[in-house]
Amino acid sequence: MQTALFDHKKALVTVCAWAIGLAIFFPILWTILTGFKTEADAIASPPLFMGFDWTLENYNEVLERSNYFRHFMNSVVISVGSTLLGLLIAIPAAWAMAFVPAKHTKDILMWMLSTKMLPPVGVLIPIYLMFRDGGLLDTRSGLVLVLTMINLPIIIWMLYTYFKEIPGEILEAARMDGATLWSEIVYVLTPMAVPGIASTLLLNVILAWNEAFWTLNLTAAEAAPLTAFIASYSSPEGLFYAKLSAASTMAIAPILIMGWFSQKQLVRGLTFGAVK
Amino acid sequence: MATDHSRIAARLMISPAVLLLLGWMVVPLSMTIYFSFLSYNLLSPGTEEWIGLVNYEFFLTDPAFFAALGNTLLLVGGVLLITIVGGVGLALLLDQPMWGQGIVRILMIAPFFVMPTVSALVWKNMFMNPVNGLFAHLAKFLGVAPFDFLAHAPLFSVVIIVAWQWLPFSTLILLTAMQSLDQEQLEAAKMDGAKKFRRFFHIVLPHLSRAITVVILIQTIFLLSIFAEILVTTNGGPGYASTNITYLVYAQSLLQFDVGGGSAGGIIAVILANIVAVFLMRMIGKNLEA
Amino acid sequence: MGSIKLENVTKSFGDVAVIPPLNLEINEGEFVVFVGPSGCGKSTLLRLIAGLEDVSSGNIYIDGADATGIRPARRGLAMVFQSYALYPHMSVRNNIAFPLKMAGMAAAEIDRKVMGAAEVLNLTDYLKRRPGQLSGGQRQRVAIGRAIVREPKAFLFDEPLSNLDAALRVNMRLEISELHQKLKTTMVYVTHDQIEAMTMADKIVVLRKGVIEQVGTPLELYRNPANLFVASFIGSPKMNFLKGKEAARHDAHTIGIRPEHLSISRQEGLWKGTVGVAEHLGSDTFLYVTLADGSQVTVRAAGEVELSHGDSVYISAETDRIYRFGPDGLALK
Repeated sequence: MQTALFDHKKALVTVCAWAIGLAIFFPILWTILTGFKTEADAIASPPLFMGFDWTLENYNEVLERSNYFRHFMNSVVISVGSTLLGLLIAIPAAWAMAFVPAKHTKDILMWMLSTKMLPPVGVLIPIYLMFRDGGLLDTRSGLVLVLTMINLPIIIWMLYTYFKEIPGEILEAARMDGATLWSEIVYVLTPMAVPGIASTLLLNVILAWNEAFWTLNLTAAEAAPLTAFIASYSSPEGLFYAKLSAASTMAIAPILIMGWFSQKQLVRGLTFGAVK
Repeated sequence: MATDHSRIAARLMISPAVLLLLGWMVVPLSMTIYFSFLSYNLLSPGTEEWIGLVNYEFFLTDPAFFAALGNTLLLVGGVLLITIVGGVGLALLLDQPMWGQGIVRILMIAPFFVMPTVSALVWKNMFMNPVNGLFAHLAKFLGVAPFDFLAHAPLFSVVIIVAWQWLPFSTLILLTAMQSLDQEQLEAAKMDGAKKFRRFFHIVLPHLSRAITVVILIQTIFLLSIFAEILVTTNGGPGYASTNITYLVYAQSLLQFDVGGGSAGGIIAVILANIVAVFLMRMIGKNLEA
Repeated sequence: MGSIKLENVTKSFGDVAVIPPLNLEINEGEFVVFVGPSGCGKSTLLRLIAGLEDVSSGNIYIDGADATGIRPARRGLAMVFQSYALYPHMSVRNNIAFPLKMAGMAAAEIDRKVMGAAEVLNLTDYLKRRPGQLSGGQRQRVAIGRAIVREPKAFLFDEPLSNLDAALRVNMRLEISELHQKLKTTMVYVTHDQIEAMTMADKIVVLRKGVIEQVGTPLELYRNPANLFVASFIGSPKMNFLKGKEAARHDAHTIGIRPEHLSISRQEGLWKGTVGVAEHLGSDTFLYVTLADGSQVTVRAAGEVELSHGDSVYISAETDRIYRFGPDGLALK
């Protein structure tokens, strides 16, 4: 029937979408490519897109020279640690609010959300001073604590919206079937909640990995995660494009891959369930 | 749906989260409020004294504050304008049938996952650098003089970088909202003879309005606190040309060690954010009831 | 075993009293149906019996023992939920076995019982599947299976058929009735569908706004409805009600006549009227007739009746089948 006409439109849409998609992605692509160039090729004029000598030299240098691995591990420990700690606190709370709603459940949820709206500069100074006096400045544990608190409202909200989707009747059925609270949680709730918990974990690791206010303000050399480490390339090292690119690629690659898997959760997590 | 037994258990399970968040919010915030009434410099410890509203007076009469306030509004407004208009356009485009839609989505969403320090540095050095940046190469190719973005249009440059990071967010959310549009409603409009243009303005846009509001509010909350992008690109300069409130408070307290002044700025930032937060909370709260 | 007694049971949510003081006895082996429009408190009542909700006051006795404060698991009751409430991450076998596992039964014994239940319910071929891979009727059977393996004192059904399509509903209705014949265990069944109540129950409890309007066997309710509400709720199509002059002739405020107790004729009869819509079901014909005074009545005629829109007809009522109601809505004797 109209197949030819239809395909014509589809082709046009495809070309437009790919062009825009590639344009948006280009800075990342360019960074990845530049990471494999020599410093000379990186600033060549006109710029080289493909015809350059691929090299791993930059990666070697970044890894050797700058304790890259320690900063990487700092990022891992801080993002995963704060997320796990957050889950530990949030799972019982979200469970309770989803399955045993009380009169004030909604108010509590909204209030938790409101803490997320607090701009970090509002509490920067006291936190900084408390950390200084408590010996937490530039420590992993200090950052884990702060990032746990920062992301706790999001974690609770995401879990809440996931738990809400588990029908209460199933938990009641378990109760009728003779399950104690403990076996209800172990045999029924947890297996059903695992996908939601996994998505929450994923998104919060991403958010914590990229957090760049507290990590920049509360760390120096010792506990600095990759966000702060990359910031140190600001100048003048940043003019070594190839090394900057190699370091950047390594810093974003793991999270980029995780992020692609969490597209759907991202919407839910960052809009607090307001858009699904 | 519950018995007394489970209600008590529920209260116990919520309390750690509530107590922690309460501590996190109340303790530091009240300290900030307290500091904001003190003359308190980290370089001269032990000389703190109560000076009432002087810090606020100083902060609110400082030209830097008004520059920062204006920059904050421009930054938030500029990024919102780009991401909303771009986001609606991209969502419309991505909602059409095409080949390789999954891959295009992946390409478009990617910038959101790039850590702020990386995207700021990549843009600053590899694109906006007046000598070796790609834009400079492009200018040479076109035969015009390269433009030093960060020196001559620092705020605009920051807006571009931040908008690049947040465009995927708005696109993704608006696309999700778009996909929940009832196709029958569109078909009914088609049957009623509504042209494409009118269908967009009378059906699609109203359907998206809720999601757009959510995007505006959430982005505003995050954009008010933009920090890393400014720190690594312009350091707030030249002068105060790209300093926003967050950066000003940071500079005041941790660079000039003026805790009292910084605290007063922090409280002002909290008040500004709260104005937005009130609207956002109301929207989310409504959704909670539905 | 399996008698249940409610004594002055009340339930309120906050300030809203859902169930005012209520007394009810359910005898051993009875099939009792709670029926009423949505929001009448029938499900709440069932959940109170199950122990999923606390009573606000009053007592519940199961087999003569006070069960009021006892946790659901200890009451020895099994429940089949409206949504089936199957565990989506477990196979059919594990779904059925779950209550036995919770009771700490030996694996061999569990296996034997699960197989037994599966056979009764025709689920043997599906034991390895997940609930998501089953049809609605099969899911329903798994939910029943999970209930019967426990050999409970009583079964509680919360609108179990409302998610099934019409044909399947009729089948499952029969299956549940047969199950009751076989097990002879007390069953308490909640529904808003009076047909389910009429076809399955030994005893029907009609509820409105938390209040028991009438308790009786299906035919008792059909023959002697205690009030207007029960009269209009039981029976399909609904009973016709006439007020004013016609009612006054029978010394009543309102009179009720069931559609099946009206006869229709082209030539002669008590009231003259015009046919509006005629529904030809084959076995029956439902005629919606407007009488001369403007009131609407439904007539059920047996078999194929060749009447259609606009036809003039005469309608007569079986005089000994006219129900009389007072101004308070109660039936007059």
